[in-house]
Amino acid sequence: MAKQLIKGNEAVVYGALLGGATHFFGYPITPASEIAHAAAEYFVSTGRCFLQAEDEVNAINMLYGAASAGGRVMTASSGPGIALMSEGLSYLAGAELPAVVVDVQRAGPGLGNIWPEQSDYNMVVKGGGHGNYRNIVLAPFSAQEMCDFAYRAFDLADRYRMTVFILADAYIGQIMEAVEVPTKVLHSPRKEWALYADRESRHNLITSILMNTELLYHHNKKLQEKYARLEQELVEWEEYETEDAEFLFVAYGISARISLSVVRELRRLNLKAGLLRPKTLYPFPGARIAALSRQVRQIAVVELSNGQMAADVELAAKRPVLKYNWMGGKVPSIQEVLELAKQDLKQNTTVRG
Amino acid sequence: MVKHAKPKTFYETFERRGPGEKNTTYCPGCGHGNAHKLIAEVIAELGIQDRVIFCSPVGCSVFAYYYFDTGNVQCSHGRAPAVATGLSRARDNAIVISYQGDGDLAGIGMGAIMHAANRGEHMAVFFINNAIYGMTGGQMAPTTLVGQKTTTTPFGRTPGREGFPIRMCELINELQAPVYIERVSLGDAARIMRAKRAVKQALLNQVHKKGFSFVELLSPCPINWKMTPIEARKWLIDTMEPLFPVKVFRNIEEPPVKYEPPKILSDAELVDLFAATTEIEIPVSVREVEDQYIKIAGFGGQGVMSAGVFLANCAIKEGFNATWLPSYGPEMRGGTANASVIISNNQIGTPLVSSPNVLIAMNAPSLDTFEDTIVPGGLVIVNSSLVSRKLRREDVQAIYAPVTEIAKDVGLIAAASVVALTLYACISGAVQIETIQKVIPLSLKKKALVEVNLKAVEAAVEYYQKNLKEALVFSNMQ
Ligand SMILES: Cc1ncc(C[n+]2csc(CCOP(=O)(O)OP(=O)(O)O)c2C)c(N)n1
Ligand code: SF4
Ligand SMILES: [Mg+2]
Repeated sequence: MAKQLIKGNEAVVYGALLGGATHFFGYPITPASEIAHAAAEYFVSTGRCFLQAEDEVNAINMLYGAASAGGRVMTASSGPGIALMSEGLSYLAGAELPAVVVDVQRAGPGLGNIWPEQSDYNMVVKGGGHGNYRNIVLAPFSAQEMCDFAYRAFDLADRYRMTVFILADAYIGQIMEAVEVPTKVLHSPRKEWALYADRESRHNLITSILMNTELLYHHNKKLQEKYARLEQELVEWEEYETEDAEFLFVAYGISARISLSVVRELRRLNLKAGLLRPKTLYPFPGARIAALSRQVRQIAVVELSNGQMAADVELAAKRPVLKYNWMGGKVPSIQEVLELAKQDLKQNTTVRG
Repeated sequence: MVKHAKPKTFYETFERRGPGEKNTTYCPGCGHGNAHKLIAEVIAELGIQDRVIFCSPVGCSVFAYYYFDTGNVQCSHGRAPAVATGLSRARDNAIVISYQGDGDLAGIGMGAIMHAANRGEHMAVFFINNAIYGMTGGQMAPTTLVGQKTTTTPFGRTPGREGFPIRMCELINELQAPVYIERVSLGDAARIMRAKRAVKQALLNQVHKKGFSFVELLSPCPINWKMTPIEARKWLIDTMEPLFPVKVFRNIEEPPVKYEPPKILSDAELVDLFAATTEIEIPVSVREVEDQYIKIAGFGGQGVMSAGVFLANCAIKEGFNATWLPSYGPEMRGGTANASVIISNNQIGTPLVSSPNVLIAMNAPSLDTFEDTIVPGGLVIVNSSLVSRKLRREDVQAIYAPVTEIAKDVGLIAAASVVALTLYACISGAVQIETIQKVIPLSLKKKALVEVNLKAVEAAVEYYQKNLKEALVFSNMQ
């Protein structure tokens, strides 16, 4: 199969359309705008729907409408835009509508800057909006995975009737790499709950309001049971050099790429380092981290945030971890991470940050 | 009391409200009840019940789906026009209704309605203007009258503090796309008959795919106006109507935009579109090269970004792994734009090159910025056409070549980066000249450009043979 050199932000659109995407509604924001550019070109030229919304609040509600009608819907944005979508995301969860949202993370808080951070972790992985709900969160670490995850996301969203997030960052969006594009188009089957403007679907109702506390209690219970099932069925991660590792890195996205380079450097120095990178952030590979935690001496979480994922790693590992954090759009070099790891290895430290 | 027959668009009993329930949630004398009934009757008369998708707002009419035996979507506050946009763009055959209160439409949802109207979305909007927030306990609405007392304007609405009431029909009438705009009143039986004609027109427009249709219904809220139903109707006619004139603002026969369904590509066409178009045979066995961590830097117009992409393309065509990462943002506005390119036989970790072993410096600021970052023993190709100084570093291999002049000689200054890449290929052997020659026609759309760029490659190879090859062999022997 031939590979082609494409950008992460473009690969995600290829994957989405081949994965059956029918509608893209979005509002420009760096570093996610390239996705809208590619979507504007390819959704329109393939006869699908692309629409630039007036803002992110209405964009997510357009998703809500098209998803209600059985469409395979998506949007792409970055921190400030995702924050504006949070009410809509909660409505999607309440009404159990499938949707795909790409978050190309930039640095915050506030307007921050357009350089990479991973500081939307809590907002996206824990739900973001109001109410007891979760999103499926996929964490690509290459242009290939931008394509692959987008390709799978719509089937997943339909299967669980949930929002699937693709949580990328400015670098994973910008990177160009060889990508193998799928050769089969996926489609959504007719959904028995959706509105097709015909007799069979006329009695269907899309809503998130349940005024009766008993009913809303049971709706919540049902959602929690769905999330529990998801935790059994969907956890994915990848490991590098962990068999005999004594020093474990945990990282996702661009941080995982950096950590991979650092692991190789450490191995060259005969130091037993390994890497676990979650491919799903929700559900989180906590059980595997717990098992590795019993094997390794030290755990370091490399993250472009104040340690948002590190909190989940600590919870899973049942012990404090080393936090290698960068913020403000600063991305560490291999050397910087390597130095920290070498120091901590020498002094046998298990807590930092 | 006269018992009116329920239109057949209403459910017989309102099971979604409660088992056997026959009553609505509305207060006695509320305009929502009238409006619902008119819409239900028209849907039945037009025979479009199966095709209707009714978007209910947040407000007193949040439970419209209790009553309407049609497709139903409950929307977040103010967003029904956005939801309706999604629906109508997903279902060609749908008759989409956006039913909204004044807080919903003219307050929180002002942006949503104006933009849906401006796009001429295929939907009928029924706007219930009762000059109040009914559901939440009678707070001020954008349409609340000057002097009107509400729970948040206990002393009456004061323009100096709260501004003047907003007239939505008049605002929407400023836009080009809507086909039909009318304000009606639910003040008495005659007015209600007139309102029904408006509802019918708006829905007929959807049947005929004419476009965005907007009907504002002045509607009593006796509870929050603190009036009896009869007083409320009188106040509606005497006080509200003078401010909100009841009239047809627009009714266009020929819609300004004709509806055209999109041409949807087949699966096979879609796969074709995204299949790699630039087939070159990828060799089964790949040469071993030392990992190349390359920085290509220059000023904006020198094409360093696309040169990086081009190089990465050559590398993957030879079966290597390769990454390209741009430097973007404020840095680009200064002296240098740069791209990181990595070429390797192995899986590539971070794509960001902080310590390059190859630097291609197309201008002076680039050399200044990156000279100190190069690893000892690294290769630096300096564009001596634009950089007059020599390297300070002595632990790296420096090659000075008049890259821009070579490009100028073949007739295209913009080919300078191709010259530089060719020199890099000659010196490092990381990618082969033959590959560069094969990839150029695949990367450039214009035939004429292909020719000059191929000439640039030739000129660069010639320059290398004449001026660099021997010197390099000599220096490598030392
Ligand atoms: C985001 C959000 N903000 C506030 C509310 C509370 N709220 C519910 S209905 C309403 C006002 C509705 O007034 P209007 O649209 O005029 O409808 P009416 O009840 O008068 O028909 C408000 C403020 C909400 N549900 N959601
Ligand atoms: S509060 Fe007003 S708008 Fe709401 S149901 Fe009662 S009368 Fe109607
Ligand atoms: Mg109101």
